[in-house]
Amino acid sequence: MRFLELQAIYIMWLRQLKGFVRARSRLIANIIQPFFFLAFLGIGFSTAKFATIPINYSYLDFLAPGMIVMSVLFSSMFAGVSVLWDKQFGFLQEVLVAPVSRLSIVIGRTLGGSTTALIQGFVVLFASLVLGVKISLSGVFLAVIFLVLLSFFAVGFGLAVASKMEDIHGFQLIMNLVIFPLFFLSSAFFPIEGLPSQFKMLVYLDPLTYGVDGVRGSLVGMNYFFLQLDLLVCLVLAVAVLLVGAYFFKKSEV
Amino acid sequence: MKEIVVTENLTKIYNKKVLAVDHVNLRIYKGEIFGFLGPNGAGKTTTIKMLVTLLQPTEGTAFVNGFNILTEPHEVRKNIGIVFQEPALDLQLTGKENLDFHARIYGLKRDERKKRINEVLELVNLKDKADILVKNYSGGMKRRLEIARGLMHYPNVLFLDEPTLGLDPQSRRAIWDYIKEINKRENVTVFLTTHYMDEAEYLCDRVAIIDHGKILVLNSPAALKNSLGNDLITLSCNSTEKLYNALKSEHWVKNLKIHGEELFLGVKSGEKRLVQIINLASELNVKVNFVNLRKPTLEDVFLHYTGRKIRDEKRDFRREITIRRMRR
Ligand SMILES: Nc1ncnc2c1ncn2[C@@H]1O[C@H](COP(=O)(O)OP(=O)(O)OP(=O)(O)O)[C@@H](O)[C@H]1O
Ligand SMILES: [Mg+2]
Repeated sequence: MRFLELQAIYIMWLRQLKGFVRARSRLIANIIQPFFFLAFLGIGFSTAKFATIPINYSYLDFLAPGMIVMSVLFSSMFAGVSVLWDKQFGFLQEVLVAPVSRLSIVIGRTLGGSTTALIQGFVVLFASLVLGVKISLSGVFLAVIFLVLLSFFAVGFGLAVASKMEDIHGFQLIMNLVIFPLFFLSSAFFPIEGLPSQFKMLVYLDPLTYGVDGVRGSLVGMNYFFLQLDLLVCLVLAVAVLLVGAYFFKKSEV
Repeated sequence: MKEIVVTENLTKIYNKKVLAVDHVNLRIYKGEIFGFLGPNGAGKTTTIKMLVTLLQPTEGTAFVNGFNILTEPHEVRKNIGIVFQEPALDLQLTGKENLDFHARIYGLKRDERKKRINEVLELVNLKDKADILVKNYSGGMKRRLEIARGLMHYPNVLFLDEPTLGLDPQSRRAIWDYIKEINKRENVTVFLTTHYMDEAEYLCDRVAIIDHGKILVLNSPAALKNSLGNDLITLSCNSTEKLYNALKSEHWVKNLKIHGEELFLGVKSGEKRLVQIINLASELNVKVNFVNLRKPTLEDVFLHYTGRKIRDEKRDFRREITIRRMRR
């Protein structure tokens, strides 16, 4: 019984990894894209002055953690939503008719999604190092914890969306209307200090703010909130959304 | 004979309005190949999805190998293998990896996994293609792989939803032979759905004709055909009604029906009665355009019970959509 569930988790995880490695073009795009983002935005904004970024740090230092979060978030969400592909290609039925609990399936998929997302996160981290971002390696461990939580959140969100949708168009709508605005609000691109106060409220309400802030705090400092608060928000968020996603997935019929 | 699938008033209503399966009562026996024959939208897939615990029945229940699909879905799942109507393979994995995935998710231990993967690959003749990505498989190969996969975990019942849908004649033939072989060698009960007459006839020990979610008749193909009469006469004339009324009272006429412009009737000895009918027609001043005398086919049986023919055009169109979707 136990053995069966573990096997199922393992094979779901392995499948996700194989899919990740085998989708060559996507893999390459995922690796190259953050380089461009970092390099071009970093250079483009290098002369812009944000009063609240300390003098010995550049805008690139500020931006890099946000880019790492972005890459982890989006690829996790993609992993969650890839249930839609399984649905469309019929493979989901093969999984759902197996004598394993749907919870194991969700866990396997989540771990698989998080693993691939973290790999991508590390690629961006590496790119940042190459571009000279002042990352403190001692903070990497804490950053990984933040990233894992963020990725659980995003996989769960993706799962929930995928369970409620018939095709990929709905997902694109959600991406454009929910995820992008949340991410742009999240202080990934600009410091919170000195924002107009109404706008500041919005930023405070955006849960992603705490994730970005946490990762930035761990890797380069410059965190706006206490890291404990960031961690708490991320933890609550990850658990809650993952549970919702698992619940929706469990209830979905094929 | 021991029953292995039993349904009790199994019913499914989609969205509170589409009655897809209507109080179906079935008994399927251990070791047989049982077929559901019905046109598009008859409720075949819906029935299967309820039996394999992917859909909740609206009413009624069913038992698979003694386990209730409502209260013991987990046990039911262990006892069944299924090949879905739409392909359900991971195209990014190789054939072998697809089987390995299946074996693990059904909890087969390592040694057994290896052994069984080889066994089923051999059974469907895919050993030399085992390490190719499934996206490079042909339609027939995919189907064979799915059948092999359905057998991996030694199920008691194998469900096949339109196993040869849209395949070329040669692949269909091959799949039929695999199904027969599996049924014999692995001693597995097969429940298949089809809308191909020849398939039902060639493969099935017993066939149920289903339409609008209801089972209209259930028997062996031979008995079904015989029930129409030893010989079947179809006839077209300028006054179908008139001839119909005249024939109605003859004791040797069985299953008299009008379908469209044509008159259908079953008789014991066709040659003799044919002459009699023609004579009767000329007595009534009815002009006969053509007559046909043949042994009844399953198609005739279907027409007799449903009042229409099974059509294929819509199906082929649907299949194209599926294929296009797969290519994307
Ligand atoms: N998810 C669904 N929601 C609503 N109606 C559905 C759904 N699935 C099937 N139906 C309807 O239920 C009826 C039976 O469909 P089903 O797929 O079981 O037929 P089938 O015999 O398998 O047909 P086919 O030969 O086309 O596969 C049809 O009228 C169909 O439109
Ligand atoms: Mg069907």
